[in-house]
Amino acid sequence: MAVTAVSGVEIRRPVPRLRRLEDERWLALALLVPTAVLLGLFIAYPFFEGVMLSLSSARVGIPGEFVGLKNFVKIWNDSIFRTAVWNTFWYTGVTTVFKLALGLWLAMLLNRHFKGKALIRAFILLPFIIPTVLSTFAWKWMFDPTFSVINWSLFHLGIITTRINWLGDPDLAMTSIIIVNIWRGVPFFAISLLAGLQTISPELNEAAAIDGARPWNRFWYVTWPLLLPVTMVVMLFSVIQTFADFQLVYVMTGGGPANATQLFATYAYQIGIGTGLLSEGAAVSLAMFPFLFIIVVVQLLYIRRVETR
Amino acid sequence: MAQTKRRSVLKLAGGTAAVSLGGMAGILATGRTPAYAQQRTVHWLKWVDFVPATDQLFRKEMMPEAEKALGVKMNLETVNGNDLQPRVTAGIQSGAGPDLIMAFNNQTYLYANSVVDMTELAEEVGKREGGLFPYARSICSDGKMFMSMPWAVIGGMIAYRKSWLDEVGATTFPDTWDSYREVGKKLKAKGRPFGQTLGHTFGDAPGFTYPYMWSWGGKEVEADGKTVVINSKETVESVKFMQGLWKDAMDEGGLAWDDTNNNRAFLSQTISATLNGASIYIETLRKPEQYQTDKGEPMNKDILHAALPKGPAGQFGFHLLQSNMLMKYSKNQDAAKEFLKWLHTEANYRKFFESQKGFATPCTVKWESDKLWDVDPVMTPYKVAARLGKAPGYAGPPNAKAAEGLSKYIITDMYAKAVQGMPAEESVKWAEGELKKIYVA
Repeated sequence: MAVTAVSGVEIRRPVPRLRRLEDERWLALALLVPTAVLLGLFIAYPFFEGVMLSLSSARVGIPGEFVGLKNFVKIWNDSIFRTAVWNTFWYTGVTTVFKLALGLWLAMLLNRHFKGKALIRAFILLPFIIPTVLSTFAWKWMFDPTFSVINWSLFHLGIITTRINWLGDPDLAMTSIIIVNIWRGVPFFAISLLAGLQTISPELNEAAAIDGARPWNRFWYVTWPLLLPVTMVVMLFSVIQTFADFQLVYVMTGGGPANATQLFATYAYQIGIGTGLLSEGAAVSLAMFPFLFIIVVVQLLYIRRVETR
Repeated sequence: MAQTKRRSVLKLAGGTAAVSLGGMAGILATGRTPAYAQQRTVHWLKWVDFVPATDQLFRKEMMPEAEKALGVKMNLETVNGNDLQPRVTAGIQSGAGPDLIMAFNNQTYLYANSVVDMTELAEEVGKREGGLFPYARSICSDGKMFMSMPWAVIGGMIAYRKSWLDEVGATTFPDTWDSYREVGKKLKAKGRPFGQTLGHTFGDAPGFTYPYMWSWGGKEVEADGKTVVINSKETVESVKFMQGLWKDAMDEGGLAWDDTNNNRAFLSQTISATLNGASIYIETLRKPEQYQTDKGEPMNKDILHAALPKGPAGQFGFHLLQSNMLMKYSKNQDAAKEFLKWLHTEANYRKFFESQKGFATPCTVKWESDKLWDVDPVMTPYKVAARLGKAPGYAGPPNAKAAEGLSKYIITDMYAKAVQGMPAEESVKWAEGELKKIYVA
């Protein structure tokens, strides 16, 4: 009966209410809960709803029923959708290359010491700060078929004799929205890369200079490798944002002429809101997900490799 | 000394509040909302009118009058025409939003499940005013119910510069596509082309391309609303003609225009004619000093209106039809109905009609012979807009499928692709493929 005797005399210690949180695992969990709830509520839940919507036959005001992958099959056979996919890749690819090149260049310039540095840095951010719709309207006027100030200037400089149909020609329309996106995105690259540049100790560059490294070599062998992790993160953000861009195209061309500038998001809007086919609209915007997912995973893996090098 | 506890203080305060002010506890106890929250409110969402005087009339005069007459609180909200649809969708999906929302064209069919039947009022007004035009009926009623209350038709007519056409020997506006092209060619040679949008925009683009196609004998579907017949000899002819027309006579910037570009191009004298509502002319009437001809005379004296030219299959028009939907989710349906009834009484509707000066054509027969149309002969052509209009989807019904084709800009893009260099047969085939996905699937 030794066992019962022991259990009978078990010492009951008072358990303070917060004793559990002294355990790091519980504390970590408790601290994570608010974030998890927020993410769940505003990201995971809408995402789940979006997935369910894309698998249904819902229209505006009609809940619809489960139809499996029918919507995805339909959009896959949709020539406008395929145009939108191609456009989105082209738009994202070209703008990202230019934004990186110009942003890096600007960051290197801003990293030097000169008079009015703070003021210039603040001004650089303007395109990024102004609400997109507002600045895009200004650009729309500049590319206007009739009143384009760009055409007016080129004409008066004697460079062109007939006006350039910026937003009316399919290739030029795409070029125009790419220009505006680059204009808007460069400050983000410049300021982020500038922050990255400032973390690089000047001593490294000085040491390389003493060893006789030319400016280009100093950039390529010292600055660039150290800046690479920041660059990759900035590019990651930019790619995600550009891939899902909506307002710029919506304001400039509405996806026209003849779908030449139609992107994932604008087409999803046209189908979902314009036509009331909520489920198909959801399918179009969810079709973005696998592409974006692959891009993001590749980039994240690369970042990890760079960081652990 | 007795201890005062936190809980008892709260209880006391709550009780006092409930007794003296009503408070949340009081409301909960009686199960009734306080009197001030019981006043009925009607929230009406409509477009920003292209005639600003009308919105002013509504805000300053008619809404206060309605409040007085009906004992309701009116909340009038105006947004850009392109932004109405997102608001409808948001309202329906969340079950809350404006009570009355303005619909354009056959959007009514997209929301048929989410609106209150307006048959009673529509038929009553139709009967009182000499009958509802078939165009308005086909768009607002699916044969079983009125999905919305017909409001007005914004007629699309060609506004043109009389003196410029005179100069090239056209004393009246060309009434066939051949003569239209011929006159346009002469005008374009003088740097004054015709101007038309083929962009992604709700009004002027389909307003031109649909009737243009119909006038050649092309159509999306047969009357059964199922058989896609766009790939016809007639449509291909129309596309081929458009390719030549575009080069010869049109402002080539039109591919990128929205509904406002042609207004600006006309007012700045870069184009000689464009299909539009009467807003260009009304603007020149409003600001005669600002808008003058190259000879220094008021431009409004040099503008006339004409219908779109005839094609081999006849003469057609597609005009923007506006109606008001009473939303099913509305908690103020009775009040909203009363308001619409009040708005459609002859005296009140006349105020709106007169403020538009002919920009809006009413949907019933009676108004076609109103004296307003005699006041300004330049506006007279608009009076038949509601009578002659055809709906998208013709020769089939203007149902949700037709609305889908319209919102995807398939007809407009068919022409846009062709003028950008795609062979006519190929662009028609592309449109056929897209339409089949809508109608046959």
